[in-house]
Amino acid sequence: MIVFRFDGSFDGLLTSLFDAYCRRQFPDTLLRDSEVLPMFCDEVHDVVSDDEKSGRVWKSLGRKLSAAALSAVATSFLCEDPAFDTVLFRYLRKAVDSPGSIEGDFTDPDVIEVTRMVRRVRYETTRLAQFVRFQKAADGTYFGMVEPLYNVLAIAVKHFADRFSTMRFLLYDKRRGFGYYYDGNEARQVTLPDELYHIATGRLSDDMMDSDEKLYQDMWRTYFKAIAIKERANPRKQRQDMPVRFWKYLTEKN
Amino acid sequence: MTEATLNKLRILAESAKYDVSCSSSGTVRRGRKGDGIGNTVGGVGICHSFADDGRCISLLKVMLTNVCMYDCAYCINRRGNDIPRATLSVTELVDITMEFYRRNYIEGLFLSSGVVRNPDYTMERLVRVAQDLRTVHRFNGYIHLKSIPGASQELVNRAGLYADRMSVNIEIPNEQSLKYLAPEKNFRSVYEPMGYIRQGVLENKEDRRRMRHAPRFVPAGQSTQMIVGASPDHDRDILKLSAALYSTPTMRRVYYSGYVPVNSYDPRLPALKQPPLVRENRLYQADWLMRFYQFSADEIADDSHPDLELEIDPKLSWALRHPEQFPVDVNKADYEMILRIPGVGVKSATLIVNARRFRRLNSDHLKKIGVVMKRARYFITCGELPRQCVSDVSPEYVRRQLVALPRGAREADPLQLTFDFGS
Repeated sequence: MIVFRFDGSFDGLLTSLFDAYCRRQFPDTLLRDSEVLPMFCDEVHDVVSDDEKSGRVWKSLGRKLSAAALSAVATSFLCEDPAFDTVLFRYLRKAVDSPGSIEGDFTDPDVIEVTRMVRRVRYETTRLAQFVRFQKAADGTYFGMVEPLYNVLAIAVKHFADRFSTMRFLLYDKRRGFGYYYDGNEARQVTLPDELYHIATGRLSDDMMDSDEKLYQDMWRTYFKAIAIKERANPRKQRQDMPVRFWKYLTEKN
Repeated sequence: MTEATLNKLRILAESAKYDVSCSSSGTVRRGRKGDGIGNTVGGVGICHSFADDGRCISLLKVMLTNVCMYDCAYCINRRGNDIPRATLSVTELVDITMEFYRRNYIEGLFLSSGVVRNPDYTMERLVRVAQDLRTVHRFNGYIHLKSIPGASQELVNRAGLYADRMSVNIEIPNEQSLKYLAPEKNFRSVYEPMGYIRQGVLENKEDRRRMRHAPRFVPAGQSTQMIVGASPDHDRDILKLSAALYSTPTMRRVYYSGYVPVNSYDPRLPALKQPPLVRENRLYQADWLMRFYQFSADEIADDSHPDLELEIDPKLSWALRHPEQFPVDVNKADYEMILRIPGVGVKSATLIVNARRFRRLNSDHLKKIGVVMKRARYFITCGELPRQCVSDVSPEYVRRQLVALPRGAREADPLQLTFDFGS
């Protein structure tokens, strides 16, 4: 078995593709540096991420795949699943080798797998747009906490910055330990200490909260209860469309 | 903003909840950097929460007042009902909307109202809320306004400049029944405002052709709602009416609302133990068939089958009534025909026509693509050994096979012998 090890970045993945064609040797498995090597392997090649190499690969992929498929490839990588690296590598290799575009070939298991992953990652982004709940702090900043399955905070922040362009807000990904602060003009990445009360709990403490915040939260909870038709109660559907993993930070569910 | 407002909100949400429309789709409003707040994304709506009944909460669905001078039998807010009444002021409602929107609770506002004094007075107040949101608060989110039956064209035209979508509810799909249940209403009072909205949209289209920056008028079109099960109408009539509505240029959605017995004391209404949820679901499926699967209303329900079957969905029901159309060869048939195979949706149909350009598809490929083979196997052929097609075995057999399988049950392996130990 031939193993390529890379640093887990997207550039690293593209560089592995470059190296593979240079060496005329294709890995059976792609591993990240943090992963343990399999017990038996014939050869291990350590890939060193290189902007120039990855740039060349990306450019040549642009001749094989449509813009939509390229963006799908980049999006699917946000799933951060190490097992998916090998699938994506095979997909890209097929894209390079095939005379035409492979993106419509849904009989190919790798094409299907990538398409499915893109769908999942995009859905997670949508879910952030749905289920982020902001709380207003006394200084006028809005604060929201999330724990998305995939690393999609950056995409979600673009949506929120477009929607709330005149608001200052902080959106924080607790699972990955970073967030974005949008100051009314542009968003930048921030990391805050875990000991802070609102980072630890996802809620603003009473003294940090805006004076009206409690009232609007109550109002929202009241509305949430009032709008349901009791005769049609359907908890299964509720959980299906609003997975329980989001409830932790939902105002109406706490 | 006080406790009093909170109570009003509770009362008015309770009064608005039987209106099923909730979508925030159909327009793209780009965010305006540094000017107010709000956008709508990509023409599709965003649902921000799901209530305990499983219905989505996208817009703040509320009434301006639940005081009403009408006495419609099916309505919770009818004049004769002894329920708490409340009225929100324009400022209160605008404030709640803005504050909810900023916290990402909602996608916008869906405003309706009971009729007080006269339709124009009521409509005027609805328009003022929308106007305040758009001009004073620079709100760029979604606004859905109910057009009050009987309101003047001038007011509808003003409302259309601020609203993304407008709606007038038909409520009862048949004029006789409507007059019987709601003596103060008739079809004219419903179709007239619909006509105003349509006229406004079409004129606006012309204007925008001449001047690109002419303000948009109800860009997301209109919708309507019918109550199902409050009158003795057949599904055939409901679907025919929907089809006629969809053929008009601005109608985007028809909603079906299974009648919840809110006024069980009224002898004109049927005594139902439970709202007809399955029937409502079948109607939505039929609606989807008309909008996305190129079915016509007659194909779904006609005089020999005036009602949809409750135990199987309308697409399967059509397929079982037309065994001569099957099997469909997935490697050759048109997209339109592939769409008609039970177990194949719009997504898998698209994937099939894409994928078959690369190689012949077999059942393994179809399974990977996401076709529900449990259903589709009776209706397709894909170059492999022929399986049990509906035209070979009988439709009754296929029906038994598909109905008997409860959700998630594993089908019996045909190669497996079973022994009956007489238990």
